[in-house]
Amino acid sequence: MKTTDSSGDVRLSGIGKTYGSFTAVHPLDLTVPQGSFFALLGASGCGKTTTLRMIAGLEEPTSGTVFLGDQEVTHLPPYKRPVNTVFQSYALFPHLDIFENVAFGLRRRGIKSVKKQVEDMLELVQLGEQARKKPHQLSGGQQQRVAVARALINHPKVLLLDEPLGALDLKLRRQMQLELKRIQTEVGITFIHVTHDQEEAMTMADTVAVMNAGRVEQLGSPTDLYENPNTTFVANFLGTSNLIEAEVDTKSGDDIVLKAGGGKLVLPESRCSAPTTTGGKVLVGVRPEKISLTHADDAGEISEGRNRITGKIADSSFIGVSTQYVIDSPVCPEFEVYAQNIDRDARLVPGAEVVLHWNPAHTFGLDAAQDIDAGVAEVEEDAA
Amino acid sequence: MPFVNWLKRHLVVIAGLITLGYLLLPNVVVTVFSFNKPKGRFNYEWQQFSTDAWKDPCGVADMCGSLSISLQIAFWATVGATVLGTMIAFALVRYRFRARGSVNSLIFLPMAMPEVVMAASLLTLFLNLGAQLGFWTILIAHIMFCLSFVVVAVKARVMSMDPRLEQAAQDLYAGPVQTFLRVTLPIAAPGIAAGALLSFALSFDDFIITNFNAGSTVTFPMFVWGSAQRGTPVQINVIGTAMFLVAVLLVLSSMIISNRRNRQKA
Repeated sequence: MKTTDSSGDVRLSGIGKTYGSFTAVHPLDLTVPQGSFFALLGASGCGKTTTLRMIAGLEEPTSGTVFLGDQEVTHLPPYKRPVNTVFQSYALFPHLDIFENVAFGLRRRGIKSVKKQVEDMLELVQLGEQARKKPHQLSGGQQQRVAVARALINHPKVLLLDEPLGALDLKLRRQMQLELKRIQTEVGITFIHVTHDQEEAMTMADTVAVMNAGRVEQLGSPTDLYENPNTTFVANFLGTSNLIEAEVDTKSGDDIVLKAGGGKLVLPESRCSAPTTTGGKVLVGVRPEKISLTHADDAGEISEGRNRITGKIADSSFIGVSTQYVIDSPVCPEFEVYAQNIDRDARLVPGAEVVLHWNPAHTFGLDAAQDIDAGVAEVEEDAA
Repeated sequence: MPFVNWLKRHLVVIAGLITLGYLLLPNVVVTVFSFNKPKGRFNYEWQQFSTDAWKDPCGVADMCGSLSISLQIAFWATVGATVLGTMIAFALVRYRFRARGSVNSLIFLPMAMPEVVMAASLLTLFLNLGAQLGFWTILIAHIMFCLSFVVVAVKARVMSMDPRLEQAAQDLYAGPVQTFLRVTLPIAAPGIAAGALLSFALSFDDFIITNFNAGSTVTFPMFVWGSAQRGTPVQINVIGTAMFLVAVLLVLSSMIISNRRNRQKA
């Protein structure tokens, strides 16, 4: 689906926005290639919607330039830009029926025969039957699809989506995620999607930019962001991470050996985003599902070369497909482990002494100068 | 006790009908007496059925002239107050300016002021300015007291309007003028229409302010008041009934149109 045509690229350079003394977006550079599904992910107030609105022309940037392909659009009003937006809560025109809502953009550009195009577009979003209804007569999911159809019918170079699924319930949201992804593949238009839902961003987007406090913290494919977070914010905001404070001991080949508590941990140097000098501090991270749990009595069976930590099970909850354990360990008071329920060891109950071990290749290293809990609070806030 | 049960079940309907009767009884009297053939000059006692007055509604000297003046004033007062009031309402909702708070409360003052006081003060003002009393002074006064009502009606509507709708219109290639004509105005229309209807009704039957500032011009309410001293022609009832019928017809036809439209869409 990807083409080398760059006429649909979105290029932001040094774009920033301040309101009085408050900086909503720090000058940032971003290139979204033609035909990609790009997500701006972050908690509320991180500047992601402001960035989107600057691309749409609904917000004037304080600094920097916006390019669509080769055209500079920084100071063009929204009605002169070849982009369209799907608004949060849809903003469908309440006085017009579905057909006229979808035809609105075509009519404003002076296109006379809109019937065929509008019908085809309503077919694409499976709303052919509803053409003569008013927006308030449709369900939330249907309204959402009208909003998408109303934007897509104009064949914009870029489609901007501002939390388009925020108002839907969980089941419908999952369904619409797949639907949007299908439509994007079908029409091949660049989509820029703003969301605070990390799962949504990861399932839909080719590239995700994680934003925090007006800055892009990290940019990459969902797998890349999840496996190799560069900051504690990304590590905590995308899924769950166990972070351990450690001290650099020695280097052997491509690996760094670290001291944490009484034990030693191995970290591939390529997976460490922090400077490593002997004696310096580093945060060692590992995802909960990468860890195996073995009862302390069987510690001898663990193969050599794995990172190990000892601890005591503080809590366990059975989720069905997995069991989630919280381990109290000397190096980290609340170590999380997600174990698949393949062979359940009946001895793994709260109070049991255990050894946690994992492949060193799954370890990542972060700069210890950061707040170890950055990004944790935001996730909880949104879940509440 | 089947009767008591029946009463319990229908009490709301009965209360509603009684209230409606209370509201509409004067209209019924007006209508009935428009078919009266009074003996003397006063149309206060029922004598016999006649359609004389309906056949010759303008048979009373000067009455239709005063009616025409009242309709003209009401029309222009409605246009003036609706245009100005709508603009004030938009300014108050959309823009943050220094005197916004005080303007917001000043708008309500004319509604709270006793009409008779306002009428007298207006007269003082016009006399001091050396204005010629007549059609124009009445129109200026009417636009003034209708304004507040339009502002209140339109403001409520504009306040409840999602600003994203206009952004969506702009995003869909509508320039500022198109956005206003295609989105803003149609959505604000019910509020504007309510304000306009209210203005027309208020202006058409205003007596006190008009009477003070009319000079030698006679509006329909002034004519009715004046003639009531010497005798009430049946034609007054005819005009009253006709106005009532026009209003009822307008309401009914708008209901039928919107019903039909909904049925077509469903």
